Amino acid sequence: MSDRNDSFILEMRGISKSFPGVRALDRVSFDLRAGEIHALVGENGAGKTTLMKILGGVYPQYEGEIYLDGQSERFKNVRDSARSGIAIIYQELSLVLDMSVAENIFLGRLPHRSGFVRWNKLYKDTDELLARLNLRLDPRTVVRNLGIGQQQMIEIAKALSQRSGILVLDEPTAALTDSETETLFAILNKLRDEGVAMIYISHKLKEVFRISDRITTLRDGRVVEACDTTDTSESRVIAGMVGREVSRVFPERASAPGEVIFEARDITVRDRVLSDRVLVERVSLSVRRGEALGIAGLMGAGRSDLLMALFGAHAGRVTGEIFIEGRRARIASPADAIRHGIGFVTEDRKRYGLVMDQTILKNITLAALRRLSGRFITRREREAAAGNQVISDLRIKTPSLQSIAGSLSGGNQQKTVLAKWLLTAPRVLLLDEPTRGIDVGAKQEIYALINRLAAEGLAIILVSSELPEVVGLCDRVIVLREGRIAGEFARLEATSEKVMQCAMGG
Amino acid sequence: MVIALVIVWAIFAYTTDGVFLEARNFSNLMRQSTITAILSVGMLMVIVTGHIDLSVGSLVGIAGGVAAVAQAWLGWGLELSILASLATALLIGALQGFLVAYLNIPAFIVTLGGLLAWRGAIKGISQGNTIPVQIPAFKSIGQGYIAAAVGIALAIAAVIAIVGVALWRERSRRRHGFGSGSQFRLAARILIPSILVVALVWAFNRYAGVPVPVLILVVVALAGAMLVEGTTFGRYLYAIGGNTDAARLSGVNVRRHTLAAFSIMGALAGLASIIYTARVGSAAPDAGRLLELDAIAACVIGGTSLMGGRGSVQGACLGALFMASLDNGMSLENYQDFAQDIVKGIILVAAVGIDMIGRRKNG
Ligand SMILES: Nc1ncnc2c1ncn2[C@@H]1O[C@H](COP(=O)(O)OP(=O)(O)OP(=O)(O)O)[C@@H](O)[C@H]1O
Ligand SMILES: [Mg+2]
Repeated sequence: MSDRNDSFILEMRGISKSFPGVRALDRVSFDLRAGEIHALVGENGAGKTTLMKILGGVYPQYEGEIYLDGQSERFKNVRDSARSGIAIIYQELSLVLDMSVAENIFLGRLPHRSGFVRWNKLYKDTDELLARLNLRLDPRTVVRNLGIGQQQMIEIAKALSQRSGILVLDEPTAALTDSETETLFAILNKLRDEGVAMIYISHKLKEVFRISDRITTLRDGRVVEACDTTDTSESRVIAGMVGREVSRVFPERASAPGEVIFEARDITVRDRVLSDRVLVERVSLSVRRGEALGIAGLMGAGRSDLLMALFGAHAGRVTGEIFIEGRRARIASPADAIRHGIGFVTEDRKRYGLVMDQTILKNITLAALRRLSGRFITRREREAAAGNQVISDLRIKTPSLQSIAGSLSGGNQQKTVLAKWLLTAPRVLLLDEPTRGIDVGAKQEIYALINRLAAEGLAIILVSSELPEVVGLCDRVIVLREGRIAGEFARLEATSEKVMQCAMGG
Repeated sequence: MVIALVIVWAIFAYTTDGVFLEARNFSNLMRQSTITAILSVGMLMVIVTGHIDLSVGSLVGIAGGVAAVAQAWLGWGLELSILASLATALLIGALQGFLVAYLNIPAFIVTLGGLLAWRGAIKGISQGNTIPVQIPAFKSIGQGYIAAAVGIALAIAAVIAIVGVALWRERSRRRHGFGSGSQFRLAARILIPSILVVALVWAFNRYAGVPVPVLILVVVALAGAMLVEGTTFGRYLYAIGGNTDAARLSGVNVRRHTLAAFSIMGALAGLASIIYTARVGSAAPDAGRLLELDAIAACVIGGTSLMGGRGSVQGACLGALFMASLDNGMSLENYQDFAQDIVKGIILVAAVGIDMIGRRKNG
C-alpha cells in the first residue's frame, strides 16, 4: 500500500479480463489525477473499451483492484459506478431513439415534483446545456431524426449533465466535425480547470496530443507505455500501438482512370416527413473505372443522403437518373443497386451495418448470399471459405467466424461491414466514413485496400469527414454545401484548406 | 430444453406409476402435441422476423369450418375440401402479411383484428352450430395410424438419409479445405438421430403404429428447419428480425419476406386446422381458441426471442411437446382445469426466466 500515491483519484491495478477465446486485458494498470486528461490509445481490439466498461460496472467480473480516492471499490453494476461520480460516453451510442433530446439527456434523472415531470424545467435545463455545446437544437426533437454526429453531441451533453468527477470519453470525436470538435475541446479544457479528471480514448493522435496531459498505450490487452504527453511523440506512440513503424503518408497510386462507369444526373432527395424540405438538390456526378471520387462537406451537407439515394435506399423521395456503363439503370431499392454491382459501406455500423446478435459469418455474407452460397439452398462450407479469406485479408481480429458481431471491438466491427461489401464483388463502391473508429495501422491497410480496388478497376465514391483522407486518397473531390455541389477539385489542386473553405461557403 | 423435458417426463412417469410413458399414452401425447407444434413452426418464422401472429387460433377455426362446410353443405370430396381449407388459411395469412409488410400496420394490431374478425366469421357461417365431418378418410388424417411395417420402412429410409446427409456434409467440408472433422463427431451426427428415429418408431409400433398427424408434423418440421437454416430465405428472415435496416441495406426485400412469413404461417394454420377438425370429427364455432397462445408459448419456451432474430424450429417443436406433456400429464393425474392453467402459466414464466438467467451468465 505504501507505493500508492494519494493524489490519484482513480487507480486501476492489475486488471485482467477474458472473454471466450480472447484475453482482452492482461494485468493492466491505469491511474488518473484530478484535473488531468489522460489519453488511452491502442489498436482496434487492444482492450480500451473493455477497460472502461469495467470502470463503468458493465463487466462486474474481472481480476484486479480499483481504488477511488484511495478506497477499494468493486462496481457490481452501472449504477454503482455512476453513483461514485463516474460518467462514461461509450463508443457505441446508447440513446433511446424515439425519445426527445431532453428526455435522453436526463433519462433516469428527470426533474419532477411529486411524481410529475416538470417539463418546463427539463426543457430549460436542456436548452442551457445545449447552448454550452453550441448546439442549436430544439430539446423536443426526437433523437431518431438526428444524424450520428449530433447524436454523439447529445451523449456528451448527457455525460456533462451528471457533473461527475471522472469523465470517460470513448472515441467522442469519431463522428464529429472539426468545429464540433473545437467546441468539445474548449469544454474539456474548462472542465480540466474545474478539476474534473478525464480519460480520453481516440484513434486521432493529433487530437490526443493536443488535449491530453498523459498517454497510456495498450497493445493486445497489455500496457506498453505510460508517460507524459510532452515526453513522447506521435511516431513513438504509433510504434508502441502496433509494434512496428507505420508510414503516415497516403500510399502512392498510379491512377489511370478508364471510361465512365457510373453516372448520376440531377439527383434530388427530399426529407422523409417534410416533403418540401430538400436534402440534396440537383446533384450530378460521374466516376470512372479505377477512379476514386471524394465527397467532402460539413455534417448535414447531404453527403450520406446522396449516397443513400444513389444506392436506392431512399426510394420514393428521390428524383434523377442513374446510368451504369452508359445505360440507364432503374435503382429503386438496395437490391437493385447490388444487382447492378454497387456496394455501400454504410455509416453508423450499429444502425445500418450489422446484425449485432448474429455471427460474423452471417453478417459478412448477408449482402452476397446468393452469389457466395447458393441461389436458394445455402452452402455453409463455401460461405465459410470465402469468409475466412476476407477476414484474413482485412485482418479482422476475432477468435472465429462464429463469434457474435456485437462482441467485436468497434474498429473490427467497421472492418466487418467493409468485408460484407467486398464479398459482393462490386464494380462501384460507395464508402461512407469507412475509417471511423479505426486505428492508424488499420487505416493504412484500408487506404491501401482502396487503392488496390481502384487499381483493379473499381469506381470508388468516398465520403469522409477527415479531409486529409479525402484529399490524399481521391483523384477528384466534390464539395457539397447545403445539398448542392459547391465546388470540384482535381487531385493536384485539392488541399484541405481549399476544400474546407469551399465547404463552409467562403 | 431437452433436460427440462426429460425432468417433466420423469416426474409424470413417477407420479402416474408409469402410465404416462405407457405405449398408449405416449402415442396420445405425441398426437396431442402435433397441432401446437405445426403452428409453432409457422409462428417461429413470424416471430424471428420480428412480428407476431395472434390470429392463429381463429384461423384454425375458420379453416376447419371451411373444410366441414365444404363436405357437409356443398358435398365436396376429400381433396377439394382440404384444398379449400388450406387455400382459405393461406390467403388470410397473406392478406395479414400484406397489411403488415406493405401498409406498415403493426402485426400485433392486424392479427388482433384477425383474431376477432375470423372468429366472428366462423360463428356467422356456422350459425353457432357444430358441423360434423362427413368423409371417413378425412377423419383418419387426425385419428389414423400407419401400419407397423410401413413405419419400419420409413425408419429405414430415414436412417439411410441421415447417413447420406452426414457423409455429404463431411465431403463438402473436406472439399473446401476445412480438413475432416473428428470421426467422433461424424459418428455422433449419424448415430444420435438414427437411434432417435428407430426408438420412436419402435415406441409407436408398440401401440398402434405411427399416428398420421405425427408423420405430418415430422415432414413439416423437417421442411421448416431446412427452410430457416439451410436457405437464403431463412437467413434473410433472421437478418430482418435482427436489424431491419441493415437487412434492407444489404439488399434483402424486407416486405416480400415478411409477406412470405405470414403466408407460411397461414398455410400451416390451415394444415393444423385439418388435423384438428379430423381429430375432433367436427368443426365447432370455438374450435382452436387460444391456440395462438400455445404456439407463441412453445416458441418462447424453445428459446425464441420475441424481439426477433433468434430461435429455432427444433426449439419450437420441443417447446410444443413440453406444453403438451404438461397438459397430458396433469390430465392423467386428474388435475382440475383451473389448476392446469395455473401450473402452465407459472411454468411458462419460470422456463423463460431460467433461460434468461442462463443467458446473462454466459454473456
Ligand atoms: N462482449 C464481448 N464478448 C467477447 N469478446 C469481446 C467482448 N467485448 C470485447 N471483446 C473482445 O475483447 C477485445 C478488446 O475489445 P475492446 O472493445 O476493448 O477494444 P478497443 O481497444 O476498444 O478497440 P476499438 O479501438 O476497435 O474500439 C477484442 O478482441 C474484442 O473482440
Ligand atoms: Mg473501443
